[in-house]
Amino acid sequence: MAEPLSITPDFVPVVPAERDDKALHRVIFIVLALAICVAPAFIYPVFLMKVLCFALFASAFNLLFGYAGLLSFGHAAFFGLASYVSAYTAKFWGITPELAILAGTAAGALLGLAFGAIAIRRQGIYFAMITLALAQMVYFFSVQRPDFTNGEDGIQAVPRGHLFGLFDLSNDMTLYWTVAAIFMGAMLLIHRFVHSPYGQVLQAVRDNERRAVSLGYRAQRYKLMAFVMSAAIASLAGATKAIVFQVATLVDVHWSMSGEPILMALVGGVGTIFGPLVGAAVMTTLQNYLVSAGSWITVIQGVIFVLCVLTFRAGIVGTIADRLKRNL
Amino acid sequence: MLTDLIGIPIQALAGQLLLGLINGSFYAMLSLGLAIIFGLLHIINFAHGAQYTMGAFAAWMGMTYAGIDYWWALLLAPLVVGLIGVAIERLLLVRIRNLPALYGLLLTFGLALIIQGLFRNYFGASGLRYPIPAALSSGTNLGFMFLPHYRAWVLFVSLAVCLVTWFLIERTTIGSTLRAAQENPNLVEAFGINVPRLITITYGAGVALAAFAGVLAAPIYSVQPQMGADLLIVVFAVVVIGGMGSILGSVVTGLCLGLVEGLTKVFYPEASSVVIFFIMILVLMVKPEGLFGRAS
Repeated sequence: MAEPLSITPDFVPVVPAERDDKALHRVIFIVLALAICVAPAFIYPVFLMKVLCFALFASAFNLLFGYAGLLSFGHAAFFGLASYVSAYTAKFWGITPELAILAGTAAGALLGLAFGAIAIRRQGIYFAMITLALAQMVYFFSVQRPDFTNGEDGIQAVPRGHLFGLFDLSNDMTLYWTVAAIFMGAMLLIHRFVHSPYGQVLQAVRDNERRAVSLGYRAQRYKLMAFVMSAAIASLAGATKAIVFQVATLVDVHWSMSGEPILMALVGGVGTIFGPLVGAAVMTTLQNYLVSAGSWITVIQGVIFVLCVLTFRAGIVGTIADRLKRNL
Repeated sequence: MLTDLIGIPIQALAGQLLLGLINGSFYAMLSLGLAIIFGLLHIINFAHGAQYTMGAFAAWMGMTYAGIDYWWALLLAPLVVGLIGVAIERLLLVRIRNLPALYGLLLTFGLALIIQGLFRNYFGASGLRYPIPAALSSGTNLGFMFLPHYRAWVLFVSLAVCLVTWFLIERTTIGSTLRAAQENPNLVEAFGINVPRLITITYGAGVALAAFAGVLAAPIYSVQPQMGADLLIVVFAVVVIGGMGSILGSVVTGLCLGLVEGLTKVFYPEASSVVIFFIMILVLMVKPEGLFGRAS
């Protein structure tokens, strides 16, 4: 494409766009890590952990919607099931928190494999409706099996335990570093996944499935892999949340929980790496301030949904990325 | 006389079948509305459940605050809610017409949250009671079962509404215009038909249908903010099973799935709340485009 010569200085080196973004992303990750280190000095760590868990949840959703074009309305199933499994194993089997989180994540990933295999048989709005219906099965299961979920009360007083049997997580700061490590690890994993050849093919499938298939890529396999990845990370978020807040309830598997990551990703910027994090921070802060408003929160969330779809589809980070002409 | 069938008393069986048929008629009416709206607007109306709830609440509010009885509510509630639907289409949906269909889903999901949240604020989460109209409050003993008149009425009216809708769409000029606009809106517009207005009316009509179902449901189920959302998820599964290609297909699928659900309640109650989702999974494995759907 011909650039207007007058505003292009001679000394600007020709850098491949992808490489350029990599350097930028590295900087952002470092800033993010520093911010996470400094934040607990100013902000209540339990609140920060909530933000990180939901940022992970929203990033998981965004991995599927933003990069594979698949809108899941059922991510509460993975989040909630993992939350239950993690809470149950930590409380009744007495295993250490990292194993409980691992168990929850594995359970959610397996569920993701099963649901993914079914849901990817359809696309677009049907995919959304199918994931919603499948997730509702998990909800009904949770209602009907109080021996596992403890019904309406949920599993309460989950012990935070000792990480690796050594570090006492009942200390908020120790727990905070653990959650921060989990979060950063998962975010780097998502970033790696999206920018790997696998992730590039996935985006090609999103943009033009027929063309990708005609080039010899097995679109369904790519979608399933993305689905399982997304489910696993949503589960990681749910399992970690259960340990942090020491509770797993029906709220975690209810369909309205599936709406949370959607709204967060929308506010922050769908299809950006850092958008869901920003969206989660904004929405969680908002919820915190509006906690006295009770059920008005639902109304406000609905209004934000409508406004975002009508006027702010790129989201916060997406808008910044557009201005900078960079991928964020 | 035969009083049980493989260990199940006939009374209970017939009762559950009737309940299943009634649930099925609600599935039919709602999936019908979804299909009509989808046909022309290409969006899945996530607010459909909330609009059904609005119908039920409109009836309740009419009775409580203005003394409007059931029969007038059956007429007025769909009209009022349908007009709100028209406003929603004119003010909001019209702005996202050229965007991918998923945005419609997200926008209407937001609307559903708003509506549901508002009702919960003003009326609480517990159910409100709406009385069965006096003329239909009794029942008839059919010998093998007791038939409450109101339930018979719901079944009759909802089937009639479905048939009238089918007739309107498949057998009248208005319907053929509508179908033509689904196939090729530009061409229909070139023939001098106001397609944007047609879209608005269609959305309003679909919403009114949901509200009508809501009024019918008010005396049977308790009137509460969540009633539509819970139902809508099942209706989504019904839509996936049936596919949105055919009107009669939607109706038949809805009724049959209601019956299956009723039967499951008799023979294996634990599975009754998920049986429709299981059927959805089976259908997706065998015929992903749905029983009456066309391969995309």
